[in-house]
Amino acid sequence: MSKTISGFGEKADSTGNEFLAFTLGKEEYGIDILKVQEIRGYEAVTRIANSPDFIKGVVNLRGIIVPIVDMRIKFQLGEPTYDQFTVVIILNISGRVVGMVVDSVSDVITLSPEQIKPAPEMGTTFDSDYLIGLGTLDERMLILVDIDKLMSSADMGLIEKLAA
Amino acid sequence: MTIDMSQFFQVFFDEAEEGLAEMEKLLLAVNVSDPDDEDLNAIFRAAHSIKGGSATFGLTDITEITHVLESLLDRIRQGQMALTSQHVDAFLAAKDILKSMLDGHRHGATVDLEAVADVRMLLQSLSEGAGKKAAASQTPAGSGGMSRYRIELPQLAERELEALQQELGLLGTIEKTEAEEGRCVFILDTTKGADSIHEICSFLVNADDLKISQAVAARSKEEEQGYGFFAPFVPQDATDEERGYGFFAPFVPVNATDKERGYGFFEPFVPQGDVEQAKQAAETAAHGDHDEPPALAVSEHAGEKKAKGEKQPVHESSSIRVGIEKVDQLINLVGELVITQAMIEQRTGTLDPMLHEHLLNSVSQLTRNTRDLQESVMSIRMMPMDYVFSRFPRMVRDLAAKLNKRVEFVTHGAATELDKGLIERIVDPLTHLVRNSIDHGIEIPETRLAAGKTDYGTLSLSAEHQGGNIIIEVTDDGGGLNRERILAKAKQQGMGVSDNLSDSDVWQLIFEPGFSTAEQVTDVSGRGVGMDVVKRNILAMGGAVDIRSSKGFGTTISISLPLTLAILDGMSIRIGHEIYILPLGYVVESLQPATQDVKEISGQGKVIKVRGEYLPLLPLYQIFNIESTFTDPSQGLVVILESDGKKAALFVDDLIGQQQIVVKNLESNYRKVAGISGATILGDGGVALIIDVAALLRSTRQLSDESVFS
Repeated sequence: MSKTISGFGEKADSTGNEFLAFTLGKEEYGIDILKVQEIRGYEAVTRIANSPDFIKGVVNLRGIIVPIVDMRIKFQLGEPTYDQFTVVIILNISGRVVGMVVDSVSDVITLSPEQIKPAPEMGTTFDSDYLIGLGTLDERMLILVDIDKLMSSADMGLIEKLAA
Repeated sequence: MTIDMSQFFQVFFDEAEEGLAEMEKLLLAVNVSDPDDEDLNAIFRAAHSIKGGSATFGLTDITEITHVLESLLDRIRQGQMALTSQHVDAFLAAKDILKSMLDGHRHGATVDLEAVADVRMLLQSLSEGAGKKAAASQTPAGSGGMSRYRIELPQLAERELEALQQELGLLGTIEKTEAEEGRCVFILDTTKGADSIHEICSFLVNADDLKISQAVAARSKEEEQGYGFFAPFVPQDATDEERGYGFFAPFVPVNATDKERGYGFFEPFVPQGDVEQAKQAAETAAHGDHDEPPALAVSEHAGEKKAKGEKQPVHESSSIRVGIEKVDQLINLVGELVITQAMIEQRTGTLDPMLHEHLLNSVSQLTRNTRDLQESVMSIRMMPMDYVFSRFPRMVRDLAAKLNKRVEFVTHGAATELDKGLIERIVDPLTHLVRNSIDHGIEIPETRLAAGKTDYGTLSLSAEHQGGNIIIEVTDDGGGLNRERILAKAKQQGMGVSDNLSDSDVWQLIFEPGFSTAEQVTDVSGRGVGMDVVKRNILAMGGAVDIRSSKGFGTTISISLPLTLAILDGMSIRIGHEIYILPLGYVVESLQPATQDVKEISGQGKVIKVRGEYLPLLPLYQIFNIESTFTDPSQGLVVILESDGKKAALFVDDLIGQQQIVVKNLESNYRKVAGISGATILGDGGVALIIDVAALLRSTRQLSDESVFS
């Protein structure tokens, strides 16, 4: 009976979902708004030695140590610049808090299930495993990312896998 | 619509476990010959609340056992039965069974149903008064196991008396004597206990109308049992008081449970007994509140107990149960507040004190309040060491019995407080040390007497604060460690030891993996696993272990732990633009090495010579790939670190200072990082990483091996 509010597992959620739209380079992406805790500017990070280059380091978010991931480096989209306009989306993913650096955040978009088309079998930067589909809104096309799955994936190396 | 019961289950399990622990503690401390009413009541209450809880949650198996336990406890607490050590043993067994049943419900652990049934039987037989038969050794003492009983019976038909005489005759030799008022008294010589007589008589006579006394001795016990003796014909030897109480219903026997229940006690007709007493009863009834008839029958003594019992809840409500994550959140928020406050203080420090006097006063007030708040919030996580200590008396008692040793267990400083996280982790190492002390340390009584000591050994557990540390000591007055045997064993195992090692170095050998000097492996200890684990666990908690021992006089194992893992003294160091924290506990000294003291070893690494000792040099800038200001050790600084007997020199650019830091977990949102044990927030709101010194020193040899740090 307990359907997750995000409803990603079951794509046919009649009410439609809200997505936060952001850009990486020239591409526009969308993630489930409910995964977003807050949006902040980029601030100085503390580098973690010997970590992959897309992990910028950690910051202090009101007493919590939060790792910061730069999506532009991870997926080689756009030029990683850090200025007062650089945006960090703070995500809350199954109890873990992660910051994600993107080029800019545009708006929150409500998409009905009909507006979400399955992603074609072609090379996108994101492995199609992490895609929910493509959202269409007038002339815009949003690449909808299952951010939960992506962030907890082994690719990101954010979460230590259990010794198995 | 079902309610999620699991959260309530959790609370019940927690409370039940606490109740059982409390019960065990009280049982171990109870004075069997003269139990304190308050203790008995407390034990009863613990059993009672477990029973209530388990019934609520439908855990009927637990309810059943606790019910039997509770009834038996009730009889004892009412004074109907004297507490014996047999009872205590049975209660402890019941506690164990209940614990295992709780675990069964909670974690699905297997429950030994046979043991459950056994305990149940034991409790039942005890509460029926047949317990003495179960344990033959408990038969009332009489010469050669024979005792003479005086059995007083109420008025019975002649035929019944004869049948009874015959039955009782089977137990031994019986004599019949006629007492006054037509009552009959049997004198029975038998090897059986009074309970058997009770059993036989109970076919014909209500147990409470029966008075069995041991003609030879055991009078006092009889009296204890006998109070509330409401038999119609008070025997000759009963005291006036006994006769006086609640003597209203000659043929309605009243036992203790009836007293509790009480209701329906006031039969409207006054029986033909003593008229004066009947009148007295009526009077009392008139005076008394009719809603509370028990008050009449309950003796003054019992009334007193009741009053005490009512006071109790006040104590119980003095603590609340809070989820640990709420406390952690609170600590986090306060940590944040402290940092914010530090920022404000920094900003206002530059202001003109004359112009901004009021503001500055307010800021200093804020500083004080923040510090107080931080202190009291931190103390929420602190728990008394009693939490740990209280689980040992039972273990000591059982182990000593198993090993045929006599051990007196003493604790000191049970109120000393320690962080909850540490408390939970110290239990296992301490358990091991206590077991070791009893098994290897304390000698058997004969050996002790031969050595001119008391036949019982003393094992003491103590805890005390010493600066920022807590010192926990396990002390026994046993035989002490055997230096020769340890050295011999070490040589046998091929360790490079010399005979002129200092005692403390010799003692440290027992922490080597696989090291055991026990002559024989018992099921308690002696397999040589454990001490190394004990040491490793304590080191992992940021503590240290030390042994003091003197042959023939005993051994003290002393554990020193930081008070909390959440705050530590750190030294901040700088490499390039990056700041790291070194836990101060590992720092020995820092110095600027002279060029000639730095030597290279086959181009692989460097060592530095510090007072005649060559220490490996750990270039932090290389390990962490930092662009450092200096690459030549003689320009920067080295910090000498020591952990687990290993020393190394860490090469850094600069020392910044020493400060208390709040340790934050890096893994809660990220993963484990090699060489880093956590993070902290600096006064400017930035993050600094804490260096995992122990890991760094362990891996000195594999410095070039990239995998260690990737």
